[in-house]
Amino acid sequence: MRTALAILRKDLLLERRTLETIPAMAMLAVVTFIIFHFGLNQNQVSGQLAAGVLTITLLFAAMLGINRLFVAEREQGGFDAFLLAPVDRTAMLIAKATALFLYLVVLELVALPAFALFLAPPHLGSSLPGVLLILLLSDIAFAVIGTFVSAIAVHTRARDLIGPVIGLPLLLPALIATARGIGPLLTQHASGSPPAKWLAVLALYDLFNALLAYAVFDFLLEE
Amino acid sequence: MTAAADAAAAEPAIVLAGLSRYFGERTVLREVSLELPAGQTLAVLGRNGAGKSTLLRILATLLRPHGGTVTLLGEQLPRHAWAVRGRIGLLGHEPLLYRDLTGRENLTYHARLHRVGPDRVEQVLAAVGMERRADDPVRSLSRGMVQRLTVARAVLHEPSILLLDEPRSNLDPAAGELVEPLIGRSSGITRVLTSHDPQAALAEADLVLALNAGRAAYVGPPSGIDEATIKALYA
Repeated sequence: MRTALAILRKDLLLERRTLETIPAMAMLAVVTFIIFHFGLNQNQVSGQLAAGVLTITLLFAAMLGINRLFVAEREQGGFDAFLLAPVDRTAMLIAKATALFLYLVVLELVALPAFALFLAPPHLGSSLPGVLLILLLSDIAFAVIGTFVSAIAVHTRARDLIGPVIGLPLLLPALIATARGIGPLLTQHASGSPPAKWLAVLALYDLFNALLAYAVFDFLLEE
Repeated sequence: MTAAADAAAAEPAIVLAGLSRYFGERTVLREVSLELPAGQTLAVLGRNGAGKSTLLRILATLLRPHGGTVTLLGEQLPRHAWAVRGRIGLLGHEPLLYRDLTGRENLTYHARLHRVGPDRVEQVLAAVGMERRADDPVRSLSRGMVQRLTVARAVLHEPSILLLDEPRSNLDPAAGELVEPLIGRSSGITRVLTSHDPQAALAEADLVLALNAGRAAYVGPPSGIDEATIKALYA
């Protein structure tokens, strides 16, 4: 765990200093909401349409973060330095997934107000705890799958393609559960509590993928 | 010296037996064999693409051998690579330093990976004469300064084997003198050394491996390799 903390601390320091990932993710999300606002020609969206717009926008922004997750490692020799150290390889998975999770949380702090501003879904305020709960579970899925896929992609020449090509199908269950879980919370007569079924799907999906990634991540870093 | 220390000193630090390595269909190393006793220096000679850097990366456990066996500090690679990681210092073409972090931040990160205390970071920074610029981002440093930091990074965890790929590139004579106790012959560490300057490498070597298109053209003491062989290697 100390190794994971060291990597995480280094990643957050690099991001704070370079501001290469989070601002780009946030800007992409805001611009996408603006495009939806004018493209749909609506000041307000609700229900599944609102959930779909929110999920797709966060997905686009997350893909940006996923693609950049191992850039410093690849371009500045961080992988070799890590592999030379007598440490558990899964520390890299834990650190990178945690960093991506934190990036997504910060992204949502910007994206949700922008979503409310440009597309004004009904009852977002009263449904916010439920929406946040689903988004946090969704963020875990994005963080784990994103780190896993990014670690595969970074060793390939077509790394910019591999991320979306492998990542999107793997993320489908989480995307469906997120959209279907948030949809009922953004209707006119929302109860305020998220559907238990989709919460359970997301939680199980997170658990399954976290265990799978933990089991195979060592092999991804091998030559 | 105790009997155990005598035995440890007598045991070869590096044993290669028929080492081969391919990249696709291209053979980069073909059946290379040698033994390097602990505390000695192996100079690897050969022109660009002869397989020198590949050999260093295999010894660093970053590449797998495809044929033959590699034994480092008594542990066979790649099966027991975990046992020797942390006992190897690599000084290669890449500094393995983050450009947007300072020298001190980089070394502190490496120290955490290797479970080394912060005192050692200050010690190696002083040893390479980088205390004053330790809080500047690496991207703002000259190549020579980056190379000095790279030396500090490579010896931070007090490795038993040093893998040195052109270690003095970008270093002026004064900086070369500065890092000598850390990575030079006087360090007493088992070293594998490549250099574009064969005469300088031979002067430091106890054993020479001359690579020609991945094959060992010569393995033996520096006194056994003549000028014509060296010229032919770089022709």
